[in-house]
Amino acid sequence: MSEGTLYDKVWENHRVTTLPNGQDQLFVGLHLIHEVTSPQAFGMLKERDMEVAYPELTHATVDHIVPTADQSRPFSDDAAEEMMRELEENVREAGIEFDDPTTGDQGIVHVIGPEQGITQPGKTIVCGDSHTSTHGAFGALAFGIGTSQIRDVLATGCVAMDKKDVRKIEVTGELGEHVTAKDVILTIIRRLGTEGGVGYVYEYAGEAIEALGMEGRMSICNMSIEGGARAGYVNPDETTYEWLRDTDAFADDPERFAELKPYWESIRSDADAEYDDVVTIDGSAIEPMVTWGTTPGQGVGISEPIPEPESLPEGKQETARRAQEHMRVEPGDTMAGYDVDVAFLGSCTNARLADLRDAATVVKGRQVDDSVRAMVVPGSQRVKAAAEAEGLDELFREAGFEWRGAGCSMCLGMNEDQLQGDEACASSSNRNFVGRQGSKDGRTVLMSPRMVAAAAVTGEVTDVRDLPTREVEV
Amino acid sequence: MTDGPAETVESVAGTAIPVRGNDIDTDQIIPARFMKVVTFDGLGEYAFFDQRFDDEDNQKEHPFNEERFQGANVLVVNQNFGCGSSREHAPQALQRWGIDAIVGESFAEIFAGNCLAMGIPTVTADTETVRALQDYVDKYPDTEVTVDVAAEQVHYDEQTVEVVVDDGQRMALVEGIWDTTALMKSNSDAVAETAASLPYVDSE
Repeated sequence: MSEGTLYDKVWENHRVTTLPNGQDQLFVGLHLIHEVTSPQAFGMLKERDMEVAYPELTHATVDHIVPTADQSRPFSDDAAEEMMRELEENVREAGIEFDDPTTGDQGIVHVIGPEQGITQPGKTIVCGDSHTSTHGAFGALAFGIGTSQIRDVLATGCVAMDKKDVRKIEVTGELGEHVTAKDVILTIIRRLGTEGGVGYVYEYAGEAIEALGMEGRMSICNMSIEGGARAGYVNPDETTYEWLRDTDAFADDPERFAELKPYWESIRSDADAEYDDVVTIDGSAIEPMVTWGTTPGQGVGISEPIPEPESLPEGKQETARRAQEHMRVEPGDTMAGYDVDVAFLGSCTNARLADLRDAATVVKGRQVDDSVRAMVVPGSQRVKAAAEAEGLDELFREAGFEWRGAGCSMCLGMNEDQLQGDEACASSSNRNFVGRQGSKDGRTVLMSPRMVAAAAVTGEVTDVRDLPTREVEV
Repeated sequence: MTDGPAETVESVAGTAIPVRGNDIDTDQIIPARFMKVVTFDGLGEYAFFDQRFDDEDNQKEHPFNEERFQGANVLVVNQNFGCGSSREHAPQALQRWGIDAIVGESFAEIFAGNCLAMGIPTVTADTETVRALQDYVDKYPDTEVTVDVAAEQVHYDEQTVEVVVDDGQRMALVEGIWDTTALMKSNSDAVAETAASLPYVDSE
């Protein structure tokens, strides 16, 4: 078992007791809720005549079903409107803070927590959403939970969990030009597999991780679950503290910052911490990555050939054959030149200000290809406003992108932003599962925001390194 | 099943249905468009919907459509079943379709946790054992299959195979202590103490 890691320390600090079923009861420092997975939990709570135990540690937003074109009420989709009303009623009754679209603070749950500074090192953070692992970028212990567990947290302020093993993933060296955090995590998942992380929490470390900004660290932790790991984290450092200093939580309260910093420092993994497993990846060897299949583990470097199914481990061959048929790709080819119909720049993985700026350097001075429907869906209303203040909206619009409101949007197609028929989408999101983007024949190619931008302007999957980029003045 | 006092789940008996393939994700088990609901009621009919129906709602080839598997309550799957999102809608849809236990090569973590919270055992066995069971019930769909959680065995016809049930899961199901809300609610004083010990929690 691991010892002296951030995971061990945060776990121990939050452990209330060991339950008769052998699980540990962990106190939850921040419970984030949204409209899709919480209504049934509130329903269960009412049936048992229980109240929300810690409303002040609970924070709500609306993201999955919210329209990104016209957010005026009532929403045009009746089902979406009903879910919104249910959430409004639940948070009002319980006294939970809710960032609805009228506040200017609404956005994807994994974007708003970090931007408001309620995501902090050394907290336990849960949400009924598998991408809750995102918050681990700050050195929080953050994981997705199901609806019955949401009921647990609402009723008790705690979650029952088994302790996992810790795998340290050390990404050494310096990332190449145009190689981003997204390419790092797609490489990790390809190498360790979509189920390689089951039973583990991932600690991301090494020069290449330390050199990343918070947005990049969030992209990596976000997709931990795509590698099977329920949580992933990066030890907090100066980069983390810099981000936190400017957030709502601390901008006007430097004393609070000074008060908490020793705690944040104390939960960092010790230099001599013991891990259950250590994996080293050469960051300098990573190139821009794209997926060729229908799981996030089915990725290749942009210049590499799509693998022959027979060359893969036996258990992965059939999935690969079916994926190649669905995607209409041939082993031996590269993904470069694969025609795309839609370019989606959004999602909790890659829709923060830094992601939009990144894509803008590629888009500037170019036009979206005639064959492509391209959209930018900022991760939050604040990201949108900040981007507009820099003129990014104009840059994207002039290039032919749609500039939309904040939400999960085409990452999972629960609002009207969906692929049609067998459209192929260059997407900065996290899942390329069949049907994920709203059409069961749709074809998703996962990639970084820069690569999405490159695909949007060329109409096909393109190595962004072949396109000269331009400075965007901000 | 998710509410009220916990029952014990020592074993589940019935007929079985095989759904083959690795990495069957929660978007396949229940497409996101069916999650625009505020209760879990009625989700059963949408289980594996896009695998079962084409664009014109015509039935496609899928075990969940086959007459011979109707009424089955033991689902037999392969590797990494339930990967992807945390949506409890996935096991809720399966349970409402009729599934009470799942035998597989491996499960995604959040999915297995959701199943446990609903009292659905997720037991594992090696590839060969699982495939043999899938082949057998494919051939003889009326076979009575018993998933014995307590003994970590699956019985079908004259055969008994060893399976693995995670220790915590086995204890929770067999002793009827999988309702963690009730378990944790009784510790509220200790919870308040833990909260007070954390520097970031404002104590009143």
